[in-house]
Amino acid sequence: MYQIASKKILNPTVTQMEIVAPLVAKKAKPGQFIILRVDEDGERIPLTIAGADQARGTVKIIFQIVGATTEKLNHKNEGEYISDFVGPLGKPAETENIKKVCIVGGGVGCAIALPIAEQFHALGAEVTSIIGFRSKDLLILEDEFAAVSDRLTVMTDDGSYARQGNVTVPLKELLDAGEQFDLIITIGPLIMMKFVVATAKPFGTPVTVSMNPIMIDGTGMCGGCRLTLTRDGKKITQFACVDGPDFNGYEVDFDEAMSRGRMYFAFERKAHEETCNLFKGAK
Amino acid sequence: MANMRPTRNPMPSQEPAKRAHNFDEVALGYTEEMALDEANRCLHCKNMPCVSGCPVNVHIPDFIAKIREGDYEAAYQVIAETSSLPAVCGRVCPQENQCEKNCMRGIKGESVGIGRLERFVADWHNARTDGAVTKPAPNGHKVAVVGSGPSGLACAGDLAKKGYEVVIYEALHTTGGVLVYGIPEFRLPKAIVAKEVEGLKNLGVKLETNVVIGKTLTVDELFELGFEAVFIGSGAGLPSFMNIPGESLKGVYSANEFLTRSNLMKAYREKPVTPIMKGGKVAVVGGGNVAMDAARTALRLGAETVYVVYRRSIEELPARKEEVEHAQEEGIDFRLLCNPVEILGYQNPDDPRDEKNGFVSGIKCIRMELGEPDASGRRRPVEVPGSEFVLDVDTVVISVGTTPNPLIKKTTEGLEVNPKGGIIVNEDGLTSRDRVYAGGDAVTGAATVISAMGAGKKAAASIDAYFTK
Repeated sequence: MYQIASKKILNPTVTQMEIVAPLVAKKAKPGQFIILRVDEDGERIPLTIAGADQARGTVKIIFQIVGATTEKLNHKNEGEYISDFVGPLGKPAETENIKKVCIVGGGVGCAIALPIAEQFHALGAEVTSIIGFRSKDLLILEDEFAAVSDRLTVMTDDGSYARQGNVTVPLKELLDAGEQFDLIITIGPLIMMKFVVATAKPFGTPVTVSMNPIMIDGTGMCGGCRLTLTRDGKKITQFACVDGPDFNGYEVDFDEAMSRGRMYFAFERKAHEETCNLFKGAK
Repeated sequence: MANMRPTRNPMPSQEPAKRAHNFDEVALGYTEEMALDEANRCLHCKNMPCVSGCPVNVHIPDFIAKIREGDYEAAYQVIAETSSLPAVCGRVCPQENQCEKNCMRGIKGESVGIGRLERFVADWHNARTDGAVTKPAPNGHKVAVVGSGPSGLACAGDLAKKGYEVVIYEALHTTGGVLVYGIPEFRLPKAIVAKEVEGLKNLGVKLETNVVIGKTLTVDELFELGFEAVFIGSGAGLPSFMNIPGESLKGVYSANEFLTRSNLMKAYREKPVTPIMKGGKVAVVGGGNVAMDAARTALRLGAETVYVVYRRSIEELPARKEEVEHAQEEGIDFRLLCNPVEILGYQNPDDPRDEKNGFVSGIKCIRMELGEPDASGRRRPVEVPGSEFVLDVDTVVISVGTTPNPLIKKTTEGLEVNPKGGIIVNEDGLTSRDRVYAGGDAVTGAATVISAMGAGKKAAASIDAYFTK
């Protein structure tokens, strides 16, 4: 059993928790993920690590309430326990030899992008951050990004806060203006990452994308998280859990990943509705 | 005088029509009368050919003699001298290729049902034991075991009995490894695995779930924690695919994923929390035990038709004979001498938002014929040009093997692996690293429960020899 050390509502659909897991906290690096089960007989879900505190032995997770499991998790409170928490899994984000980096985060993906931005900042790299949200009430972590970014642009789809538009708009402006990034790192919805790659392509800037496909064990056993990459003109299969979750954005088949991500869409929608009803009934 | 009837006692089983719709165990086990009758068929050959056919050399005629005397507990103790998991192996061993293959009674009839007798004895023991054991006096040595599958459980058990302090680290949330995530309930009830694990706990073995060695802790850190030896029984790894078009369509699973969803995550239940595709038409590609398990699981999940697509003929089918027979009885449709060339997907040209887009609609196969024997001694299947045909299916399960997990190798300096990625060990189970031992699928690639169990026992003996020399 793993105790919830703290819980903080970041916005109506996004919650932050710190979980007591000293072994994971000791090893966790930006870009890696954990797998948790809320309760016995629960589903295993992967969540990217949003930070770790070695001294307190806690690991920070930030999750969007999208399905039955995240709904159940969100109903847990500080001091309560979840049944399983394993990690850190996957490879850490690569930070070597990067002097000038652009971090492009979308929605809850910003939660994962933040520790990467923090790490680059700590290593002395010049950090440009572009973070986007659907609207003002979904905005998270603006101050935290501002603290570690040499330049920060906030975007909202509906213009309810800061600049209106997609994250690709300021990215393209920067690239058009001749900015030379050593690397662009993008974390967020697949469709956003796909267009970040498309925006960077004419400029030849390397892009790293963080993939979060459907997973079960997360240790390289089930193969459910496989992605198709095109490398040196050849299609290859890679596993997000052990080969990723970060990949070269130019190699990833996003359309396939988007399609596979929707495999259980109907099931998940129904399960989420039922879980919501369950909690309503309990009140 | 031995019972000279040429046929063995058939295994009582659930009726095929009934069992195809439930996850209860198929084979029900011998009654005492059947066991006594079957035991009387053993000739007690002096040279004991059955024993040499057993990967762990269970003293088969001796335990059968104890059955004849009606002393079933003594029979169990004979098996337990060399095997750690009798109730498991009695159910899942490919006996027809091992002990029973060498049985003299098999020459002019059917061999003695050794596996069935082993199961009878183990179940008899398990039904009567309260699991209480006298914990051996600690010998002061600490050993870490990586993985709680058959090799890890066997290694841990043998060491604990000798007084070692043993901690098993398991990556998943449940112990048992492939016995839990891989082999379905209808072939190996999970209560049996739980009983074995309980037995280890009673011996003082500690089990730590949710620890991935190679990630959460490395092998070197285990030594820093005070362990004096490490056994790696991390099992088989990433599933192999065929590299044919369409393998990323929705509805294509590796057998590992399909079985893990059903077995470990209980997706077979009526209201599962982990989803799985149920019903429709299913094609399972491959001919091993895992393929049989996947096909029969699909059937029990409600599939109207389940095909097994295998590129060789029935003689080469590597699965346990009993599983193939059970699958056939249950109505699994074997498409032998067929090889998939493409998985076909649905795409509505008029509606890009059609929810069926990107899901499997069929599997295109080509007929094969058997040519010259290949390196494995089996006749190599060759394609019959122009013989392609399509099976309409909704789900495809690919069961063509696995490649070893890279996590431990990557994080353990000096640990040598073979070109296929399997950990290299010597005859003692020792790896290229001092006091690091390994066994089971992590070494051999996908193999049997009993050979993994045997490797775990061998490593335990080597570890003990190291500390007592």
